[in-house]
Amino acid sequence: MLEQAFTGSKKYFGLLAGLGFLIGLGALGYYQQLTTGLGITGMGRDVSWGFYIAQFTYLVGVAASGVMVVLPYYLHDYKAFGRITILGEFLAVAAVSMCLLFIVADLGRPDRLFNIIKYPTPGSVLFWDMVVLNGYLLLNIIIGWNVLEAERNDTKYKKWVKFLIYVSIPWAISIHTVTAFLYAGLPGRGFWLTAVMAPRFLSSAFAAGPALLILLCLIVRNNTKFDPGREQIQTLAKIVTYAIIVNIFLFFCEIFTVFYSQIPDHMIHFKYLFLGVEGKGQLVPFMWFSLLGMIVAAIAMVNPKIRQNENTLAWACGLIIITTYIDKGLGLISAGFIPNPLEHITEYWPTGLEAMITLGIWATGFFILTVLFKIAVAIKEEVRA
Amino acid sequence: MSIKRREFLRLAGLSTLLGLGGKAAFELIAPGQLDAQTYAPESHALKAKRWAMVVDMRKLDEKTAAKCVQACHVAHNVPDIANPTTPAAAVSPEDQVRFRIKWLWTEDYHNAFPGEEHENVQEKLHHMKFLVLCNHCDNPPCVRVCPTQATFRRPDGMVMMDMHRCIGCRYCMAACPFGARSFNWKDPRPFIKNVNLEYPTREIGVVEKCTFCDERVSKGQMPACVEVSNGALTFGDLGDPKSKVRELLRANFTIRRKAHLGTLPQVYYIV
Amino acid sequence: MEHNGNYKNEFGWFADKPKVPRKLFHAKAVVGGLLIFLVLVTAPLWRNLGKVVPAPDPKLNTQAILALPEKDRVCVEDTAFMKANHMRLLVDWRDEVVRNGNRDYINSKGKRHLASLSNNCMECHSNKSQFCDQCHNYVAVAPNCWGCHWEKEKKQVAQTEAK
Repeated sequence: MLEQAFTGSKKYFGLLAGLGFLIGLGALGYYQQLTTGLGITGMGRDVSWGFYIAQFTYLVGVAASGVMVVLPYYLHDYKAFGRITILGEFLAVAAVSMCLLFIVADLGRPDRLFNIIKYPTPGSVLFWDMVVLNGYLLLNIIIGWNVLEAERNDTKYKKWVKFLIYVSIPWAISIHTVTAFLYAGLPGRGFWLTAVMAPRFLSSAFAAGPALLILLCLIVRNNTKFDPGREQIQTLAKIVTYAIIVNIFLFFCEIFTVFYSQIPDHMIHFKYLFLGVEGKGQLVPFMWFSLLGMIVAAIAMVNPKIRQNENTLAWACGLIIITTYIDKGLGLISAGFIPNPLEHITEYWPTGLEAMITLGIWATGFFILTVLFKIAVAIKEEVRA
Repeated sequence: MSIKRREFLRLAGLSTLLGLGGKAAFELIAPGQLDAQTYAPESHALKAKRWAMVVDMRKLDEKTAAKCVQACHVAHNVPDIANPTTPAAAVSPEDQVRFRIKWLWTEDYHNAFPGEEHENVQEKLHHMKFLVLCNHCDNPPCVRVCPTQATFRRPDGMVMMDMHRCIGCRYCMAACPFGARSFNWKDPRPFIKNVNLEYPTREIGVVEKCTFCDERVSKGQMPACVEVSNGALTFGDLGDPKSKVRELLRANFTIRRKAHLGTLPQVYYIV
Repeated sequence: MEHNGNYKNEFGWFADKPKVPRKLFHAKAVVGGLLIFLVLVTAPLWRNLGKVVPAPDPKLNTQAILALPEKDRVCVEDTAFMKANHMRLLVDWRDEVVRNGNRDYINSKGKRHLASLSNNCMECHSNKSQFCDQCHNYVAVAPNCWGCHWEKEKKQVAQTEAK
């Protein structure tokens, strides 16, 4: 099957070359970071996690959302999704790969990366995050590959693959839950200290991931002979609708608890995000755009006319991807650190070099995604021909 | 000694291959000799069931506090990012804030004890500079989250850093409610003016913090800050009812930073 | 075509894998790729190829050592042991000191030594470039001890600078 990755149109190779260029730029930036230290980023002693960890968090969600096509198909026998499970699984592979790269990019001493395995520490959530992320990556590669190969050979995949598929469903939930637990169990970080963190992560993931998948399906339909299907896209759209509404609901649950209880060290982070504190509030416009955008998108998605029209659906999905990204990718991580536990306010904004490395990793993920989708689509075309 | 004979032979063999005279080593060393090698604390090391510190703010003026910070940072080669040794290494004022490394430093009342301040607080509290440092918590969140046990709690209560093992994930910095941990965003050496040659520096990419001067305590000395504090800082064994720290805790009302978080900090303040 | 488990194709249930001809597809790309891979993997060899590294000649003639009477010129263990095992010993010291608070090493003869690279080893072997580096360069290893620990040679420079 891999041979499919080496043949293709000019457009395909052009895309790969473009991504390869961005990867090269990212590698250059990373070399600089490796030799002179993480000081090249915008992070500091007060905001000690930044853009990398934020991307990581967002992408764990995208990866976990693969379960939204796998679960209906395998547990509820919703046959229509059989056509696109492979796209969900391959999207998960690309997303988890990016997650792992972002973690490595964020380490001060990547040369000691394997200390996590050399000195396993079950008490650390990060240890478990390493376990579940690598496990999920492996599961999706094995499952995706075997199912696709079976489809190509016109056979049924082996029994143990089915077993792995069943394992992968709770596993997908676990990767985002464990990632939420990274933050939600820390004393003295009022913003993150909330039981609703994991559910909110999952809801925003199940909105953003399938929204991205819808856009990818539309791209695949417009550029190849394989049509993921109108029904499939519409079902995904309904999933997105429910998830984004739950996400907004959970956000207001959070707001209620924080502001009705009036506990200052929980309120101050929200104040920083949405109003600004002591004249510092560079995220304020972003956060309002994110919140209002999410609400607008939810209203749009509820409306059947907008949802059923694939053009307007695409716009709504784009809005959801951007707004959840701002919420999770910009606000969530830095606001946990601002103000710091001693109530000093140091703001954070990524540097150019940091953005370049980030872009490089995104390009790596899309490179993987492009190759995997190319293989999947080529085989779908072949089988259908 | 953890070198097994088999492993020794393997190493000796390897070095023979490299032409380093391992063959001679093999012939010369009597097997069994290696078992005799052991380790022990230094003979005059101070020992305790539970180390703790009492900061007596009545005796601590701003000058003494500055002296303590200076003593600590010189003893441990803590870089002073604002004062590079060469002009080429200088960084902008914002970056000085970002890159700053602090083992021991001072904070105002409302920063050291957030939420405790009220409008009509004693006038003197407005002027006090509280010395703050790692609290060497009994229930340290930094130790709980560390994925490699690079930071760990010794049986005598010191929360230690193993800079050789730290992978620089900074999870401990997110977990610490006291801001006591610093990360090496840059190579620290160009920012160390008064070098203490007895103590190592750090490389880029690891986290560091106060270690209660384990290197001095093991030689029978008091921590560097305590030594120059004119009696404002007291370091001792909480497990010993006759110790100076226990005496101070018995006789005075003391507060701890963010005690409600349940990390059980072991630095006590007499205000 | 959905693979929902119970469909039948024109050959019957669960047809065999279609035969694929035995042939190396994309031979040029595959062989080229393998070659690039091989070159990259063996890069360290190529890099050191033809480099003349003088045989190691560690010097023991520092002032601190020469000041000692002949019979006291012994390391914490036999020379032979140290040659073969100093790296293991130092790693052991490191862990014992940092993690267990044991700063004294009791050697095979029962003698106590301070387990410290900078404050013990380098007191005698104050000539890193003439001692440590000799073999390390020869076998092309680069231990990063010196990223943190002061080496005596630079120590002295720093000391004189400070004065």
